[in-house]
Amino acid sequence: MIDNSSSEMPSHDVLLVGGGGAGLRAAIAVSEVDPNLSVAVVSKVYPMRSHTVSAEGGAAAVIKEGDSLEEHAYDTISGGDWMCDQDAVELFVNEAPGEMLQLEHWGCPWSREPDGRVAVRPFGGMKKERTWFAADKTGFHMLHALFQTSLKYRSITRYDEWFVTRLLVEDGRVQGVVAIELMTGRIQAITAKSVIICTGGCGKVFPFTTNANIKNGDGMALAYRAGVPLKDMEFVQYHPTGLPFTGILITEASRAEGGFLINKDGYRYLQDYDLGTPQPKPVLRSMELGPRDRLSQAFMKELDKGRTLEGPYGPYVHLDLTHLGKKIIDTKLPFVRELCLKYENIDPVSQLIPVRPVVHYMMGGVHTDIQGATPLAGLFAAGEVACVSINGANRLGSNSLTELLVFGARAGRAAAEYALQNKPVSAGIEAQAADEKKRLEREFLHKRSGTEPIAVLRGEMQSTMEKSAGIYRTGALLEEAQADIAELKERFRQVAIQDHSHTFNTELMAALELSYMLDVAEAVVECALQRTESRGAHQRTDFPRRDDERFLAHSLVSHRTGDRPEVEYLPVTITRWPPGERVYGRPAAKTPPG
Amino acid sequence: MAETITIEVARYRPEQEGEPTLQSYEVPFSKDWVVLDALNYIKDHVDGSLSFRWSCRMGVCGSCGMTVNGEPKLTCATFLSHYLPGPIRVEPLQNFPVVRDLIIEMTDFLEKLQSVKPWIVREDDPAPAKGEFLQTPEQLDNYKQFSMCINCMICYAACPVYGLDPQFAGPAAIALAQRYNLDSRDQGEQERMDVLSQHEGIWGCTFVGECTEVCPKNVDPAGAIQQYKLAATKEWFKSFLMPWSKP
Repeated sequence: MIDNSSSEMPSHDVLLVGGGGAGLRAAIAVSEVDPNLSVAVVSKVYPMRSHTVSAEGGAAAVIKEGDSLEEHAYDTISGGDWMCDQDAVELFVNEAPGEMLQLEHWGCPWSREPDGRVAVRPFGGMKKERTWFAADKTGFHMLHALFQTSLKYRSITRYDEWFVTRLLVEDGRVQGVVAIELMTGRIQAITAKSVIICTGGCGKVFPFTTNANIKNGDGMALAYRAGVPLKDMEFVQYHPTGLPFTGILITEASRAEGGFLINKDGYRYLQDYDLGTPQPKPVLRSMELGPRDRLSQAFMKELDKGRTLEGPYGPYVHLDLTHLGKKIIDTKLPFVRELCLKYENIDPVSQLIPVRPVVHYMMGGVHTDIQGATPLAGLFAAGEVACVSINGANRLGSNSLTELLVFGARAGRAAAEYALQNKPVSAGIEAQAADEKKRLEREFLHKRSGTEPIAVLRGEMQSTMEKSAGIYRTGALLEEAQADIAELKERFRQVAIQDHSHTFNTELMAALELSYMLDVAEAVVECALQRTESRGAHQRTDFPRRDDERFLAHSLVSHRTGDRPEVEYLPVTITRWPPGERVYGRPAAKTPPG
Repeated sequence: MAETITIEVARYRPEQEGEPTLQSYEVPFSKDWVVLDALNYIKDHVDGSLSFRWSCRMGVCGSCGMTVNGEPKLTCATFLSHYLPGPIRVEPLQNFPVVRDLIIEMTDFLEKLQSVKPWIVREDDPAPAKGEFLQTPEQLDNYKQFSMCINCMICYAACPVYGLDPQFAGPAAIALAQRYNLDSRDQGEQERMDVLSQHEGIWGCTFVGECTEVCPKNVDPAGAIQQYKLAATKEWFKSFLMPWSKP
């Protein structure tokens, strides 16, 4: 039932869009700055459904003797092909152990050593063992520990299953959101002195992804439409090991525990791609423990050579865990076994797992500084939706869960400080909210003339993105994609909505999510087209070399109504690690500083 | 092999109809498809108004619990091939108010979860910078299985006590209370005991064990409830025999 008496707007000090790992960590951080600050967590799903729940392998933080912050920083920066801002990386590795220990104190069931200390495992691109884990359900346990801990803070108000459609911006600062309460269909403005976007990634822009159904780039599009630039959107991470058809992730931890990637001849093909020589046991920063971009690219080259296998859902290779034995698999990788048994009818104890690269993570996102602040006053962002940037051109596995904590906490503290300045809500906000309600009714709820089915438009967008903005890209294909996305955006104006009811209207939500994804797709394609070099996860076959001269810089893409988006560049911050060669599986020519 | 299969779906649109009805859809059959894939096929290609919750499609977010041929199931982990030749009937989870179609109202659980204090309670509050609380793998194993709950509500749908007495805290909330009680880092057992002892419903649980039976994550809520009852009985005897010993 739509509430027509829009007079009362709920009001909070800090409002979070999204209630996953970053959002909940931020909410707690606000409460810890000042328990009198009222915090709203607005999420389109119950927080424990958030996609953090699907993360498997672990979270990186230096904790063991023999490891160092410098090494974690160097692994991250070289893994990111020197696109990371090094000041951000330095504070990230510095604050990571404290945040992980805090989560331990909040009850996260980290796997342990026999003496009771936290255990760590190896991970791709990391030179030392520093990945904390809770078996292979790390994200699940982190999310539930954060959610359950958040329940003790009385200052946190949850808006569960509220879908945000717009940021309210007036007098040059963000002052709240408009959201639909799904249960009732009520369209409501909620005001706040500061807003933190924590909505995660946008994997569903592509057809084959590990991402959950809810990952539609909502927060990226909300910021983009409000005039905030998106940063480094061309860098899309393919994870090398997803199950065909479902795209279910088989964690990198399965390789860290000693799994092999083999082609149709049973050959450990990574040795042909400058990733080292095969050893029976896993070697750090080598072979199967190389970085994700290089492993996914190696798969494509195997495909070109005709050395992959062919199945009903396309080409694949094998992940072999059989030599690990049942005991290791059941203690370290129980979820991998469960997923394989349940979804592929395969037992990894005795059988090979079919895998192929799958869209997994956005290195890019809403442009923020190291406090999580965006260029729009009062607006902050943290987690996958944001680009600080610590992930550069290729994120290392197990850095993203830690990133949620470090930058969720930072954004929470900064947004709390901003809210304490106590600026009043501008007079124009109510009218703006009323306009947004009218827009939703006119363009979606009351519209009966639409002819373009949501699923058709979404499917065409996804295949366009896979064809043009996949693991290898060319200028010609990206130009085609640019025209295709523009056409899809035009056709979206005639989107067909069959469901006109107010109660839990999931079709309306799907249409709004598609409009977000089209904006994100436009940004990805534009940035990929303009970056005429190859770096990390962005590989242009027409420009195969890294070009530090022109492109040691972040792309910042801004929305231009009725026109192509505009791309500008911002130099990468270099502190102690000058750009060098990315070396895996062999000694570096020169020892990195540290 | 069958080329299509019939899915009978419970429809309920409160703005249109007074009570739920069943609607049949023919969907393509694939051995790789789960019930959720069939529902998505219907939503994308036949009837965009069909409403249900789902997200991860890998059995960990807990969104897509529904009643499939009379049993509560995660629809992302329930294969069409299991029900050949069909039809397959899909309804909302039992024991909950229905919002619309396959969507149930679960705020009651969220309130109950919060009431059992599912967080680490400690008298001291050592700074994290001083290092982790030590916890051996054996101590972790004491509570680990209770920490695997994904809040999918399948145990509530199967629980005969919750069906009769909505005041009952219910299987998942009690399992999660026990998850913290058994955690070597926690000191809040007494506080949670005080909360749960206000819930008469717990004594109505006669160890039917339906909750444990249906749990898709192999959590044993029935075991947690029995452990609680044993502890509460001991507590009662202690307060009866040694009233001075109660903290």
